[in-house]
Amino acid sequence: MSVESPAHAAAHGAVGHEPSQPHGNGHGLVAHQFEDAPQQREAALLGMWSFLATEVLFFGGLITAYVVYRWKAPVQVAVASHHLNVALGCINTCVLLVSSFLVALAVAEAHRGNARKVVQLLIGTIVLGVAFLGIKAVEWTADYHEGLIPFAANWQIPSHDLEILAQRGIDADQFGLYKLFWVLYFFMTGLHGIHVLVGLGVFAVVAALVWQRRRSKNFANLVEVTGLYWHFVDIVWVFLYPLLYLIDRHGPGH
Amino acid sequence: MSDHPHTHPAGPASGGFAPVPPALSQTRRAPINYLNAAYSVRSWLLTLDHKRIGLLYLIGVTFFFFVGGVAATVLRLELMTPGGDVLHSPDAYNRLFTMHGVIMIFFFLVPAIPGVLGNFLLPLMIGARDLAFPRLNLLSWYIYMFGGTAALILLIFGGIDTGWTFYAPFSTTFSNTMVLPAGIAVFITGFSSILTGLNFIVTTHTMRAPGMTWGRLPLFVWAHYATSLIMILGTPVLAIAVLLIGLERLFGIGIFDPALGGDPILFQHLFWFYSHPAVYIMLLPGMAVVNEIVPCFTRRPIFGYKFMAGALLAIAVLGFLVWGHHMFVSGQSMYAGLIFSFLTFFVAVPSAVKVFNWCATMYKGSVRFETPMLYALGFIGLFTIGGVTGLMLGSLGIDVHLHDTYFVVAHFHYIMVGGSIMAFLGGIHFWWPKISGRMYPELWGKLGALVIFVGFNLTFFPQFLLGYLGMPRRYYEYPGEFQVLNVMSTAGASILAVGYIIPLIYFIDSLRKPANAGRNPWRATGLEWQTASPPPTENFAVAPVVTTPPYNYDPAEAEQTPWNPFQPEQEPVHVG
Repeated sequence: MSVESPAHAAAHGAVGHEPSQPHGNGHGLVAHQFEDAPQQREAALLGMWSFLATEVLFFGGLITAYVVYRWKAPVQVAVASHHLNVALGCINTCVLLVSSFLVALAVAEAHRGNARKVVQLLIGTIVLGVAFLGIKAVEWTADYHEGLIPFAANWQIPSHDLEILAQRGIDADQFGLYKLFWVLYFFMTGLHGIHVLVGLGVFAVVAALVWQRRRSKNFANLVEVTGLYWHFVDIVWVFLYPLLYLIDRHGPGH
Repeated sequence: MSDHPHTHPAGPASGGFAPVPPALSQTRRAPINYLNAAYSVRSWLLTLDHKRIGLLYLIGVTFFFFVGGVAATVLRLELMTPGGDVLHSPDAYNRLFTMHGVIMIFFFLVPAIPGVLGNFLLPLMIGARDLAFPRLNLLSWYIYMFGGTAALILLIFGGIDTGWTFYAPFSTTFSNTMVLPAGIAVFITGFSSILTGLNFIVTTHTMRAPGMTWGRLPLFVWAHYATSLIMILGTPVLAIAVLLIGLERLFGIGIFDPALGGDPILFQHLFWFYSHPAVYIMLLPGMAVVNEIVPCFTRRPIFGYKFMAGALLAIAVLGFLVWGHHMFVSGQSMYAGLIFSFLTFFVAVPSAVKVFNWCATMYKGSVRFETPMLYALGFIGLFTIGGVTGLMLGSLGIDVHLHDTYFVVAHFHYIMVGGSIMAFLGGIHFWWPKISGRMYPELWGKLGALVIFVGFNLTFFPQFLLGYLGMPRRYYEYPGEFQVLNVMSTAGASILAVGYIIPLIYFIDSLRKPANAGRNPWRATGLEWQTASPPPTENFAVAPVVTTPPYNYDPAEAEQTPWNPFQPEQEPVHVG
């Protein structure tokens, strides 16, 4: 066993320190349960990483379901996937990647304490996020007019697809799995869309807070933690895009 | 150590702490603690103090425990006779055992020890003022109460009949009961669990007092850390499984229903990916409690600290790899079954390390049989029986015979009730002086522990025999030859019910008495015993600095010092 020397303990600012008083971080920006700003920052970041681990498993469960059906019904999934608009999906990928880049810049500016720049970059991010959802809405509307939304009243398998499925040797009682692709597509992109929407709301609040605290400059943690969340939302899309859009693009059935 | 004798004012049992500045002794006359700091309802319902939130959890889990217990009592009454005499319909029986399972698992066992003892003790044990995110902590209690109340309401008005397992396609296509609201309640409550786990992980990483290295963490903290890993990694998968059930039920699409092209085994995979690790969410906190009680009442350092901490993490990790043993006869591939069976045996290794090391800790120690120790010993014995029968069920061939029989029911009740609830009660007794500042009556405590132990074994041991003889679970009628064992089980359940009411009464009664427990009645090591009982709102009058390893008990001291923790102290003793 080892003994902490009093000098070492004092270096931690712990001995003889009155916890009930506002403590010695100088500017009163640290919540009561923390000793100092670095500890608070570490906790905030680790908290967000832990939350993202939860989110990974959340989408992981869904991707597992996707893999099971992709493996069980590769033809149905491929035929259904051909209806997705690769060009719009590709543009949306770029939109999200650029928005993530803006967030990365905002985090760097936040550490420099440059509130004006941070707010500008966050507004840019919000604009791009809205653009992403707008493009997604265009895609979903087109799907609706084609009758491809399994939750809608006008759902039916396009006759062209029925022919292709029959040509590729799929029995009629297996056509249900064609519908399942659309269920998973809307569920996965819908859940991702909700995450984007939440991110936009959070960024709006964060931008307002950053502006409010532009003098105290106490906003670096806030921007960094929400930035982590946004990068995660971005990465989820980077997985969803190839899983859903880029299936069997050179195979038969076009 | 001899360089700084002043850091050890009262020998080994005091741990090692910085000296108290004389100025603090003025708190002697009117000790302000977390209980009397404020009295308004608002100061409780909006509290950010982890200790008060722990007590809020205590109220919640106790309430749901008795609700689930009433359901169990009616089930056992029904099973006293071979015919359907009490409930009159298999449908009512199905709803009742589902209610028992849902309430007990999601609203009692999962939040019980982490929510009450974990919340209360984790910051105290690592020398922190609070958890890292006090607001999230309060939010998690509100989510839990909201989910629990919603579940309770829908279980009373209609209920569900799927069992707590929600197996598809019955739950998605055939059941006419309130599956969707129940799924939403479980989904919402999951966030409470996730937030608690997240809070514990971050707190353990970032809030430790100076000198509280990972190698000096009490095993209680290690166990809660391992539990938290499961909470944040397992719960979201349950959430997605429940969402998919809801989707299929709402829109009639065949994700799980084979008639619509879906795969029912997929649901079982997703469900058990959470729900097997969830068993360890319920069990590891029980081990957390026993880890603290056993060294204290044997006056010896825990045997093999590093192995004990490693075993907790190993159980958490391996627990994620064995879910398929719930599905041996469900149609999963035989090779998957073989691998899951092998891994199931593998997870027994760290569990056995725990049991052997507790026994080695007690070996040649001066064991003192106070109430918490009785519960801890009960835990060790009953957990061993539950674990070994788990290995029987983990063997492919035996499982074909025993699957879905009362053998399974007995097995998991030995783990859940014999393990978790014994540990929960042991922990409440052990830390009651810290939580309330008062001792419980020891004679009644011992009596209660004895009644619970006897009642428990009489309830559940006959169920091993029933299952082995072939009585299937979840039936409300059975052939006459099973009646003797069923009557024994029901008789045991009545004894068990009395056993649970005894502590409830004397704990509440003890609150009327003066707070005279003193800061460390058990002369235990650990930071939580160094502060006042009940602790002040900010936990420590002086931020602690840790200089000694955990469980720094001295066996020689135990031989010489008289032991009477129930002697009321004339004057409250404070830090130092």
